[in-house]
Amino acid sequence: MSRTTKITVRDLKLWYGDFEALHGVDLDIYEKEITAFIGPSGCGKSTLIKTLNRMNDLVENCRIEGTVELDGKDIYSRKVELNNLRKRVGMVFQQPNPFPKSIYDNIAFGPRTHGIKNKSELDEIVEKSLKQAAIWDEVKDHLDRNALSISGGQQQRICIARALAVEPDVLLMDEPTSALDPISTSKIEELVSELKNDYTIVMVTHNMQQASRISDRTAFFLNGNIIEQDETRKIFTNPSETETDNYISGRFG
Amino acid sequence: MEHINEGAAGKTKRRPPVRKTAKTDWKEKIMHGVFFMAAFTSILSLVLIVIFIFTNGLPMMFEYGLTDFIFGTTWNRTTFGLLPMITGSILVTLGAVGLGVPIGVMTAVFMAEFCPKRLYAFLKPAVNLMAGIPSIVYGFFALRIIVPQIRGIFGGPGNSMLAAILLLAIMILPTVISLSEAAIRSVPRSYFSGSMALGASHERSIFSVVVPAAKSGIFSSIVLGVGRAIGETMAVVMVAGNQPLMPRGLTEGVRTLTTNIVMEMAYASGQHRDALVATGVVLFVFIMIINTTFLIMKTKEAK
Amino acid sequence: MTSKLMKGLVYASAAFTFGMLGYLVIYILINGVRFLTPSLFSWQYSTSNVSMMPALMTTLMVVAGTLLIATPIGVFTGFYLVDYADRKNPVVRAIGMATDTLAGIPSIIYGLFGMLFFVIFLEFQFSLIAGILTVTIMSLPVIIRATEEALIATGMPIRQASYALGAGKLRTLFKVVLPVAMPGILSGVILATGRIVGETAALMFTLGTATNLPGSLFASGRTLSLHMYILSQEGRHVNEAYATAVVLLIFVLVINALSTLVSKRLAGGGK
Repeated sequence: MSRTTKITVRDLKLWYGDFEALHGVDLDIYEKEITAFIGPSGCGKSTLIKTLNRMNDLVENCRIEGTVELDGKDIYSRKVELNNLRKRVGMVFQQPNPFPKSIYDNIAFGPRTHGIKNKSELDEIVEKSLKQAAIWDEVKDHLDRNALSISGGQQQRICIARALAVEPDVLLMDEPTSALDPISTSKIEELVSELKNDYTIVMVTHNMQQASRISDRTAFFLNGNIIEQDETRKIFTNPSETETDNYISGRFG
Repeated sequence: MEHINEGAAGKTKRRPPVRKTAKTDWKEKIMHGVFFMAAFTSILSLVLIVIFIFTNGLPMMFEYGLTDFIFGTTWNRTTFGLLPMITGSILVTLGAVGLGVPIGVMTAVFMAEFCPKRLYAFLKPAVNLMAGIPSIVYGFFALRIIVPQIRGIFGGPGNSMLAAILLLAIMILPTVISLSEAAIRSVPRSYFSGSMALGASHERSIFSVVVPAAKSGIFSSIVLGVGRAIGETMAVVMVAGNQPLMPRGLTEGVRTLTTNIVMEMAYASGQHRDALVATGVVLFVFIMIINTTFLIMKTKEAK
Repeated sequence: MTSKLMKGLVYASAAFTFGMLGYLVIYILINGVRFLTPSLFSWQYSTSNVSMMPALMTTLMVVAGTLLIATPIGVFTGFYLVDYADRKNPVVRAIGMATDTLAGIPSIIYGLFGMLFFVIFLEFQFSLIAGILTVTIMSLPVIIRATEEALIATGMPIRQASYALGAGKLRTLFKVVLPVAMPGILSGVILATGRIVGETAALMFTLGTATNLPGSLFASGRTLSLHMYILSQEGRHVNEAYATAVVLLIFVLVINALSTLVSKRLAGGGK
């Protein structure tokens, strides 16, 4: 296989207090592909995606065992600089969460955080990111408007642009369309398919059609385990495990 | 709920101390220390207050004799029996709460349930205004209006327990109103509509369903009202008469714990001064009991 | 019917409450405004002209001094409690409890403490600094609580967004959270200002009651509230007391209007 592994998860266990939410997960995520996590609620998919940029550090009493490697380097090692890790692994959340600032300042926040002060450089990044997120045409004339004043679907694309502005390698998306209407959802799906040319994308979704439409690989989660991971086509047409089959054919979940 | 904070919660166990670029690490660490020191000011202040009040007041109480001090009924420059002031504080507070709480709670019911929206736009700021008026202004108002009225109706000096009670009843209103109103508003609307659906009238639904459901919140408003009444000083001193004698009647003068301190501190020295600080100790204990009650109720409510 | 009777009582109570407030305000205005003569604003206080100007200026000094110290401490405490502290840590719980306790202590106890600690123990005498430090401690819980509430209300999502972009804690706090929480914090500061302006008992034995403008931090003075108390106690300057009451009422009105303005911005902060 010619493709490169971007993220490797090995025997990852995770606890919230005494509750074990992941029971030793193994997973490979390949560069410039879309990997979808599917499975019923509470099965650990959101939990796992949060470990990939260490957002789980924000959760009280959360503890892990096992390894997560990005480009072959353990991201939980003491040598890793957390802010730099998060610059490389961007994230888009379920609810659009733009800052209550102007659209421009939303996009420029990341680059400014990482030391870019030059106005024309920032202008360039803002334009490029908004174009990449396919929202430039809609907002280019009012970049100074508060990002909260636009529609939810637009807000989510602003959040995607904001994540892209720091030039990450990986983009994590935790159910990015579950709070949006169908039209906004299809726009985002289109956008995501476009983005995989430049980024490695990991996406949690409740929507199996969405996973089958846009992802290259799919991992099926159940009760804190990955039951099966494979090419999306294979998972949806000819899964190896009966649980996967039951889930995708709608027999539970 | 996810914890709002990263640093302290950041406990993904395998996470060792993160090494950042030297500069950020330094800045974050320093500011963490600065914020902690700021937060520690509260504890430091409270500890200092307790130490200074108690070390100045307690020795006198034991030297003089705790029973003689607490239960003695005579107070002058050499004899320090605090019972008149303790009784005075309790009676004045009870009177103020007994009068002010029903009025306050019912005003809150009005604000939450009966008040037209347009009127509310005026009344809400009015309650805030009431809360903001300095106690000295209330005291002065009572001195000029309530005291002469009492003098006119009942005879005597007018400066009296009744004047203090009326004044404090008014002064605790904003506290009682704000908290009670919030409590009433936090009752789920379904309680009200459920009662209406059973055929109860609007009024009946409010008085027999909504208000009882808010009772724990209303109760904490009462406790805060008690705290405010027992701690009020400058307004009371203007109208209460302040004779250090056991309360003799509603229209006679009375002295409370707080006013005892203010009346004599300016010229007190030696054991006399310590007796006044000891008065503060007794007041402090009262307040601690009230606050603890409030905190216990608040935690219960939260559960 | 009882509920009809109750309704009547509710209306009567509301009428009493707001009637009383209206009466108080109008009574003070009617009796005070006409005594607001220019001479009351003369820079020099004398027994024949009990000018409130020195007291007015002292009030502003006490307010400014107190806010200067209490605001950073209170706001930083809020930062610490909401965004830094581990809530299970006993020290943190103690800080929360200390703040609650401070909020409930009556001002006369603060006055006693200020006198024992700042005036006598630290030998500040009756002075601006003793008064300011005393009311600083008094104002802390107000500012801390307002900051805490405002910070919590900003919620987790914008913090997550900022952390996910690789921003550190300080940057997240100052550039993302603080601008959103600002109106809430400000309204706490305004509330504290109101308390300071109206305070008497805590200042009487710390700031003292000197009639002239304090020439230094270690000189005594009197705030408007103290001034009004002394005038009304002496009984010879009732008219001037009324006039002072009018000025105090104006203070309260301005402060309340400011806080309404700020909270309107808070409500519209999302725009």
